[in-house]
Amino acid sequence: MTQESIHTRIWQEEAEPDNAFAARSCHCHGYDVYGELLAHASWIDYLYLLFRGEAPTAQQTKLLEGLAIALANPGPRDPSVHAAMCGGVGGSTSASCLMAALAVGAGASGGAREVFNAMQDWQARGTDLALWQSGLSVKPVGDPADVWPAAGHPAGFDPYGVRCTTPVLQTLTHLAALDCAPSLAWLQANRAALETAGGLPLAMIGVAAAALRDLGFSPEQGEMLLLLLRLPGAAVHALEQKDYGHKNFPFFRVELENDPGLVQGKSERVETST
Amino acid sequence: MNGPEMLEEHVGKLVTRMGAVFPGDRAVFRGHDLHTLVKDIDWLELYVFGITGRRFTPEQMKVLHALWSYTSYPETRIWNNRVAALAGTSRSTGTLGIAAAMAVSEAQIYGRGIDMRASEFLTRAKMQVNAGADLDELVYTELKQKRGIAGYGRPIASGDERIKPMMALLREQGLDDGPHLKLAFGVERILLNGRWRLHMNYGALAAALAADFGMSLREYYFFSIPAFLAGMPPCYLDAVEKPEGQLFPLPCRMLSYEGVSRRSWQAANPVVPRDE
Repeated sequence: MTQESIHTRIWQEEAEPDNAFAARSCHCHGYDVYGELLAHASWIDYLYLLFRGEAPTAQQTKLLEGLAIALANPGPRDPSVHAAMCGGVGGSTSASCLMAALAVGAGASGGAREVFNAMQDWQARGTDLALWQSGLSVKPVGDPADVWPAAGHPAGFDPYGVRCTTPVLQTLTHLAALDCAPSLAWLQANRAALETAGGLPLAMIGVAAAALRDLGFSPEQGEMLLLLLRLPGAAVHALEQKDYGHKNFPFFRVELENDPGLVQGKSERVETST
Repeated sequence: MNGPEMLEEHVGKLVTRMGAVFPGDRAVFRGHDLHTLVKDIDWLELYVFGITGRRFTPEQMKVLHALWSYTSYPETRIWNNRVAALAGTSRSTGTLGIAAAMAVSEAQIYGRGIDMRASEFLTRAKMQVNAGADLDELVYTELKQKRGIAGYGRPIASGDERIKPMMALLREQGLDDGPHLKLAFGVERILLNGRWRLHMNYGALAAALAADFGMSLREYYFFSIPAFLAGMPPCYLDAVEKPEGQLFPLPCRMLSYEGVSRRSWQAANPVVPRDE
């Protein structure tokens, strides 16, 4: 019988002599993971290597590390973290909290799909300001056959922003100063023109898309990395809300516009808890 | 009104027509008292009512039930089901395994991705044919532009065992002559007569039926989400009831490495002080 196999260009293993199911050595893109990378590479080096297949330069490591810090915790107001906290507050499993953060943080409005879309815009427009301006002036149109609902705003920009926020500017300034960041530098130089064209301020997702492009990632890789890099904040906020408990977590108010109970003279509002 | 002002209007409250619970009193589901509504409908009818806000005929509901039942395969090798089973062999929870398997079912070559594309093509083709377009031309154009038509052909087989029993049920229920269904078979005839030799698969059949029942593309998408669900718990249970780790164990020899040769990290990356 022909043995089926898993094809991989990333990972090579040798089995222990007495156990075919235990690896004696693991090589990642040719490098000995436990014999060499463990002692000599940083987590960010290894992350870059896993995705790109090559070691990063010192500047690329700084860029990815800076991006990872900027993205690690979008804070409890972010929908993806809010979702993780909904898991934590009810005592849901840890994995479900992160699955909730991934599902919500995957979206085309403020999530990983928006990074994907923004990186596709970079692929199509490069650093051609006129192309960006014409692209940003029209509302994005969704594909009706796509499982992703269309976003209501240009990818990489804040749909409810008034001006580019301080953390976004700080992140852009810090990352664009690195030698390996031509897209970020162009974004910094042309931010005002782009914001005028789109009628919206640049968002952190837009900075992330440019940084991921400068690091050589494809839109698909950028989407995956955004999902990964935002999980730490989701995890800790879920754990924190588990400790606080549901009585200290907002339940909000609902206004039902077609309540049959109102006709029958019953109560009209759901208040703060179940 | 600027962006933050628009958001301020929604802080702390939800305005909706979909429903709410009044704890200790009652629950409202799309404008109906839930516990009155459910007296005469089953769970699937409630599910599609939640999606569409409409009720379907008993004959249509029988077919909608069957659309899920006929594709509920407790076949662990299929990728989404395998996720549920791997959760079982790894001693993860049933909810996590099945939720992940459901999410994985939103794939491009099967499941929700196919459902959406098949439904979009059939409804678009139907409108164009009604407007006088030639179906052969539509099929050729679609094949040229997209190198395939969702709902025709299958990734691991040519025929589809679900179509014959579904067509028998449709004839029994008097629902076998809808315009989208006819068009779906018309597309199959074109694809079989040409050099493509592609049979219609269940994706096109289900999408056509949903369209004939008046479901929009988005409504059909939501209807389809649990389509594979019934096949998943058996896969998980089979794995969790066997000794841990025995589902599809992979020895090192099954990794076929096709990457670069071995190299030294230190030789290529001499230590650089962190602040340089």
